[in-house]
Amino acid sequence: MEYFIELLFSGLTRGSIYALIALGYTMVYGIIGLINFAHGEMYMIGAFTALIVSSVLSIYGLPLPAILILTALAAATWAAAYGFTVERLAYRPLRNAPRLTPLISAIGMSIFLQNYVLLAQTSDFLPFPALIPDIPWLEPYAAIIGSTDLTILVVAAVAMLLLTLLIKYSRIGKAMRATAQDQKMALLVGVNVDRIIYITFVIGSALAAIGGLLIASHIGQINFSIGFIAGIKAFTAAVLGGIGSIPGAVLGSFVLGLTEAFATGYVSSDYEDVFAFSLLVLILIFRPSGLLGKATMEKV
Amino acid sequence: MLTKKDVCQALLTGLWFMFLTFPILVIKVNPTEQTVTWRWGNMFWIGGISCLMYLFSRFFIAYRVAKQERIRLGLEQETRNWNLHFLQRPAFFLPLLGTGALFLLAFPAFFSTYQVNIMITALMYVVLGLGLNIVVGVAGLLDLGYVAFYAVGAYVYALLHLHFDLGFWVALPIGGLLGALFGILLGFPVLRLRGDYLAIVTLGFGEIIRLVLENWSAFSQGPSGIANIPRPGFFGIEMSLEASITYLYYLMIAMVLFTIFVVNRLQHSRIGRAWVALREDDIACQAMGIDKTRTKLTAFALGATWAGMAGVFFAAKTTFVNPASFTFLESAIILCIVVLGGMGSIVGVIAAALLLILLPEYLRTFADYRMLVFGAVLVVMMIFRPQGIISTVRRTYTLNR
Repeated sequence: MEYFIELLFSGLTRGSIYALIALGYTMVYGIIGLINFAHGEMYMIGAFTALIVSSVLSIYGLPLPAILILTALAAATWAAAYGFTVERLAYRPLRNAPRLTPLISAIGMSIFLQNYVLLAQTSDFLPFPALIPDIPWLEPYAAIIGSTDLTILVVAAVAMLLLTLLIKYSRIGKAMRATAQDQKMALLVGVNVDRIIYITFVIGSALAAIGGLLIASHIGQINFSIGFIAGIKAFTAAVLGGIGSIPGAVLGSFVLGLTEAFATGYVSSDYEDVFAFSLLVLILIFRPSGLLGKATMEKV
Repeated sequence: MLTKKDVCQALLTGLWFMFLTFPILVIKVNPTEQTVTWRWGNMFWIGGISCLMYLFSRFFIAYRVAKQERIRLGLEQETRNWNLHFLQRPAFFLPLLGTGALFLLAFPAFFSTYQVNIMITALMYVVLGLGLNIVVGVAGLLDLGYVAFYAVGAYVYALLHLHFDLGFWVALPIGGLLGALFGILLGFPVLRLRGDYLAIVTLGFGEIIRLVLENWSAFSQGPSGIANIPRPGFFGIEMSLEASITYLYYLMIAMVLFTIFVVNRLQHSRIGRAWVALREDDIACQAMGIDKTRTKLTAFALGATWAGMAGVFFAAKTTFVNPASFTFLESAIILCIVVLGGMGSIVGVIAAALLLILLPEYLRTFADYRMLVFGAVLVVMMIFRPQGIISTVRRTYTLNR
């Protein structure tokens, strides 16, 4: 039973990280119908920025809470800046191109960013400092849930709540929903569509960077290629829940996280990634619109 | 032509990129020794380069707009692609082809075994590029897991040799057939998906194949791979290493010629025209009575066949296979060849494969930047020249009254 609960929490932690990345995928897909292949790279760049900033700050001897806050801010800021730039350079010129054109451009961007970090930093795995302090009252339960896991769960929950509020009640959120429904119509009623699209990229990238920071301090090491697998898995989660739908992305992420945790715990850990990919293939074949997505008919 | 606003924008772009690349390009930390290296030089390079790139793209776009405007006003004829013009004239084309053929045939006589080996690799990518070209270029199905079929071919030869002691010539057709079989097995359920989903599922499939090969040690000997695969034999005659590589080189040339022949014939056949129709508009295509699933499946299976055969060649060339040779990056390189060459264009794909594989080999100092450039090539080509360096000529039919 204890093992079960341990796996449950590990699955929830995984799920929250996937959710932070999947939200960016699903938001971008919802608005411009593009699979932002380079989104996993935002997560990787977030983790790298966090590593660099936190190392510099700790060498200059700042206290741990200050380091944590500044690092999170820096990671989110720079990942958002990268998201903005990628959108501006690689996607905006292709806004009206055939479907596959921006996708190939996105794949190119993803390869470019990976190798940019590889060349600018290193190809080795770098140890990531434990930024999240131990929570004393959690000590007795350390075998089941660590303080990092708890932090991940709380941060992810807060981020998702804020995002939902933003989209439901703010002006920007309203404009986002309008753009997602019908870009031309939104333009007609005075929504600045270009601005909404880059705001979407900025928010999505910042969330991914926070996810990158959290998971890096959980696992303890990072590398230039972590974004690829994480990106594919988050995409799986987004598709599982129904791409384009925000609650769907969260649900899909938890389903994927739990599936992975239990499958690796009870079956075999060698095939961890195979489970995720097989799940992706199966959903796309049997229920391409996902758990919460609407089946869309194509108009001729 | 250069307004004050342009200059301001260029400077801002430079500053923005200096800010953007600041943590990753300028700071380098060593977490174990707790030391920081500041590389300020990089910052100024980035600033300068992005400034110039901005100005350059401005000029390029301005030139394009002006040209479009002149064409619209009827002041200038729409220029046909230089390369079409060039390639369609036998007076230019035939000598070029002749020199190329002579050079390729005489290649092993003048160059070292090492160079011949590189050339074999390049020719292998030509075959892979032409195979993927059927799927991505002609039929318009974005396949990101093409390397899976390549892996199938390579492992078919390795395993057939390991367990049954079968040779290259038996493995070659089996590799092709099994590639096609896997193509159909994967294609059957996923081909009804929309284009971008198909891309991700094929990507997932490619990764599944690689992970299975890596982890199922009883079957594939895991990450350590299978070694001592023989090179192709010639009626049982013993050959020195050099001679067998030269022999493989000529086999590869024959393979490339065969591929070009088949792909060329296919493109202008009934099924080839059905692929193009499907790529352009699948609804209209169905309305014309073309079986969508079957047409897509044939494209997928035929593409996979070439990958399977190229895989057998790969195993024979390196005499060693392991799962690390079949990562997503390999698929990306092949995709890059197709995109750069021009989707659907045979000459373009050959040119792009030779360019992308040979150039990094000879410019060793730039070899590290290879993947960086490949990524950039994909983006730049999509934005500025989505039809590739050498675009295809659609065959046109005229009615004689």
